[in-house]
Amino acid sequence: MSHAHSGKLHFTFDGKAFEGKPGDTLASALLRHGVHLTGRSFKYHRPRGIVGLGAEEPNALITVKRDSARVTPNLRATQIELYDGLVAVSQNRSPSLAFDVDAINDFLSPLLPAGFYNKTFMWPRAAWFKLYEPAIRKKAGLGEAPTRPDPDHYSQRFAHCDVLVVGAGPSGLAAALTAARSGARVIVCDEQNQLGGSLLHDPHASINGHPVSEGLKVSVEALQNAANVTVLTRTTAFGYFPHNLIGLAERLTDHEAHPNPHQPRERLWQVRAKEVVLATGAIERPLVFPGNDRPGILLAEAARGYANRYHTNVGRRAVVLAGSDAAYQSALDLHAAGIEIALIADVRDNPTNEPARKRAIAAGLAIEDHLTVLGTSGRLRVSSIQLGKVSDGRVRAHRRVRCDVVVMSGGFTPSVHLHSQSRGTLSFDSKLGAFIPKDSPERCRSAGSCAGVEGLKAQLNHGAQQGALAATACGFPIDAPAMEADTFEGSMVGFPGILPANGDLPPKKAFVDFQNDVTTRDLALARREGFESVEHIKRYTTTGMATDQGKTSNLNALAYIAKDRQMSIPEVGLTTFRMPYTPTTFGIFAGHARGDLFDPVRKTPSHDWAVNVGGVFEDVGMWKRTRFFPQGSEDMHQAVHRECLAVRREVGMFDASTLGKIEVVGPDAAEFLNRFYINNWSNLGVGKCRYGILCRDDGFVYDDGVIARLATDRFHVTTTTGGAARVFAMMEDYLQTEWTDLKVWITSTTEQWSVVAVQGPKARHVLEKLVTGIDISPSAFPHMSVGSGHIAGMPMMLFRVSFSGELGFEVNVPGRMGSALWEAIWEAGQEFGITPYGTEAMHVLRAEKGYIIVGQDTDGTMTPDDAGVAWAIGKQKKDFIGKRGLMRPLMSKPDRKQLVGLLTQDAQSVLEEGAQVTLEAGLTAPYPMVGHVTSSYFSPILNRSIALAVIKGGRAKMGETVFIPMPGRDIAATVVDPVFYDRQGVKING
Amino acid sequence: MLLIPCPYCGERPELEFAHGGQAHVARPSNPDTTSDHEWANFLYFRKNPKGLFAERWRHARGCGRFFNAIRDTRTDQFVATYKAGEKPPVEGV
Repeated sequence: MSHAHSGKLHFTFDGKAFEGKPGDTLASALLRHGVHLTGRSFKYHRPRGIVGLGAEEPNALITVKRDSARVTPNLRATQIELYDGLVAVSQNRSPSLAFDVDAINDFLSPLLPAGFYNKTFMWPRAAWFKLYEPAIRKKAGLGEAPTRPDPDHYSQRFAHCDVLVVGAGPSGLAAALTAARSGARVIVCDEQNQLGGSLLHDPHASINGHPVSEGLKVSVEALQNAANVTVLTRTTAFGYFPHNLIGLAERLTDHEAHPNPHQPRERLWQVRAKEVVLATGAIERPLVFPGNDRPGILLAEAARGYANRYHTNVGRRAVVLAGSDAAYQSALDLHAAGIEIALIADVRDNPTNEPARKRAIAAGLAIEDHLTVLGTSGRLRVSSIQLGKVSDGRVRAHRRVRCDVVVMSGGFTPSVHLHSQSRGTLSFDSKLGAFIPKDSPERCRSAGSCAGVEGLKAQLNHGAQQGALAATACGFPIDAPAMEADTFEGSMVGFPGILPANGDLPPKKAFVDFQNDVTTRDLALARREGFESVEHIKRYTTTGMATDQGKTSNLNALAYIAKDRQMSIPEVGLTTFRMPYTPTTFGIFAGHARGDLFDPVRKTPSHDWAVNVGGVFEDVGMWKRTRFFPQGSEDMHQAVHRECLAVRREVGMFDASTLGKIEVVGPDAAEFLNRFYINNWSNLGVGKCRYGILCRDDGFVYDDGVIARLATDRFHVTTTTGGAARVFAMMEDYLQTEWTDLKVWITSTTEQWSVVAVQGPKARHVLEKLVTGIDISPSAFPHMSVGSGHIAGMPMMLFRVSFSGELGFEVNVPGRMGSALWEAIWEAGQEFGITPYGTEAMHVLRAEKGYIIVGQDTDGTMTPDDAGVAWAIGKQKKDFIGKRGLMRPLMSKPDRKQLVGLLTQDAQSVLEEGAQVTLEAGLTAPYPMVGHVTSSYFSPILNRSIALAVIKGGRAKMGETVFIPMPGRDIAATVVDPVFYDRQGVKING
Repeated sequence: MLLIPCPYCGERPELEFAHGGQAHVARPSNPDTTSDHEWANFLYFRKNPKGLFAERWRHARGCGRFFNAIRDTRTDQFVATYKAGEKPPVEGV
């Protein structure tokens, strides 16, 4: 836009207007304006400034707001690309960054040690949810979540490649270029907006005799122009999943001033790679000393990056704390950029004249050895540093140095996160003082500094070698080219742990983990309180547990714990690295699966008809089923009342298409069902059906349904709506792995048949108008018959079955004809007052008859006898699934919970499903509970409440009074037979 | 997401499969003469090794077949997959 053309980008930070330049991050732009203070710390609300250059940033967590719905908290200022109009807001402060009332926490910090919240806010428990937690969340928040739904969309895709290279610094580029030349399919990704990694801020480097900027340009163009290479920038490899599946989060629009609303904001890549090359670099460690968290104190490599890449000086007068030779490199580059180097304070035990230090001496920079830090000053920005001198293990005060910035380097830690996520093992490199990758069960290799390789030339060659090995392993043999490189650089070796200090206790306010406000005192406290495992110390102190996952803190914490306990770092061990590498949006995982696309919806044939007449739906699995059909101003109770009475007195119609259906075919079909269901099927005649019960081999009821014999070798099996898939899978299991001798084939036909149940005294009258080719008179087609014919011209399979206790039919037609069937029955039923009814009335009607619903009246611990359906067992059968299980002694104990009916003594009082049952009233908890209510309704035909319950030894308690304790009262009920209506079964045979 | 070599279809993503628990747990052929103890072992007792584990998978959204696999539970790497009814190709699982 216009500002971009003029080379200026306008943005605001906490409402104040600033200018930046194209290519800036929010951090580089703020630092150019002298703004270090960017946040308040998590626990103590201490003022905090920018520490890092990229993903490692622990402090500068920022909320970016585009509008009220597009609010993204916890972004690292070091990774926010500036665009014109950016609105950035700091977090965790009230009312402003410079004045934060909660900073009182800092003065109270002796009272807020590790484990403070666990210890203090335990009791009373109820107060935790109502009082403590909301208050703590408010005080300890890391940003706020947006309050409106995310208006952006996110896409997802799979990709396959031969070689995936993660990270495009020197090693990653060399690996990708080498693998690309082999002809292998290569994907290379980098979290930054351009390839290059550390080369982007290393102007002194030359590669194969060319200046770095030129070499980088050629390399990037080569990759981008290669047909076999996919280059992904702004793409973070956040997780390493089994079998070389890598999750990549590609950010597409967050850097744009005016994103195209039709473009996805982010894209999830699930990349399945034959070989992975990890070139994820190394992260500089802060030094641990009192007051090391003051704004203006930052990592030396970061300061160098701001100077060289962003032409931003982080201050005017710097003190350089050298815990590594690399610090001298930064000092030289800052000096060259015009920053006064007040002093290079070398804090190492035995500084040697490594290359960068030699050059610093040659450049005449002021250097002092054997120093330590006693403290820092400056309210919102460092203004001086108090140095101490170390001799013979004692520290004495040395001198105070005025400065407006302190840059520190504790050496570099290889980024082994993804290697560890691959379940790779690590080994401790004692020269480097850090963990490096060892073996991985995955086909992955680490290249360059993340593998502990030091020096640009070595890193380039290592990258090329790993790229060549990876390509060769995929069948694209290639030799690694020899690379030449030169730069001014220091070693990665550094100073882990806390700087020397006097005293038994570690000094105050020496922060190990900036983001979670963990100090060395907290780590010492954890040891005194008995925490030994590093995993326990991590959770107790929360070190390494914040959104930065301890990128800058883990090794310093380990080094401190090791020293404190007089162990070696490998003996202390390392906590597990977990995904994601950097915070990842929920949107990218949801992708398009939100709103209407969240889950597939299964609709019944009568769906549109039901919508038109105002039916109310409920979700049953993925199905939308009509719960009731209200008329006029009816509520659910009134509608269900009317629907139930219509079925009992006239006729009702119900969409039963969701029932699971399986066709079982083959010469051994009957034998298979004999073994599978508890019933006997050999004696079921063709054209007849029977209610079947399925158990598991433990003897507990698993599913039920009506099974019809269509031919000697062909059965139509129905299952519960929710059980269709698992019953089918169980059939396949036994057929494929246990009874391989049986000649049986099964097919799921749930969607092939649409089913309308027509139930009630006038059901036959309705169907007689429509049915041809089959005699449905009571004598020709009695209860539990099945036959074929036509209905309204449609081919039909007709069942005479009832789940209501009335004369009933279930009409099956080919799936696509279901809507026409529904309409035809509706039309034909008009003269008989046909009433559509929903699942709620269906439940009441079946409960009036004591018919169980598997999963509601049974719970996976009920035998057929418990459920009152032991009559179904084919007792002559040698074996069936569950038979042996039912022979176990406990399965026939008389005090098992058995299905019974309950009649409340107050006929209008409807029990709550799930309520407990006791034998006495007026008990105080805990009291013995003998069962619970499984189904409970008001029965319109009986004009009273009914319930089904499972009660210990219930069938021996007929006529006895039990109690259902509810708040403030016990409801008395009488134990009765579970069949409440038409016990003789007159109506069903009508 | 695992990449599972179905013995019938080749390598397919885990999305297409259903896990079927420990392999080679045969249902006793004469349940009547099986003791309560043996039956309880068949029903409830399963291995949970750190290391090689013989397990069942079903290519539920592919060919539909059950098959067996040897997987290292420490690393999720498959050592072998083989058809139901075949002996495990690795000793001691």
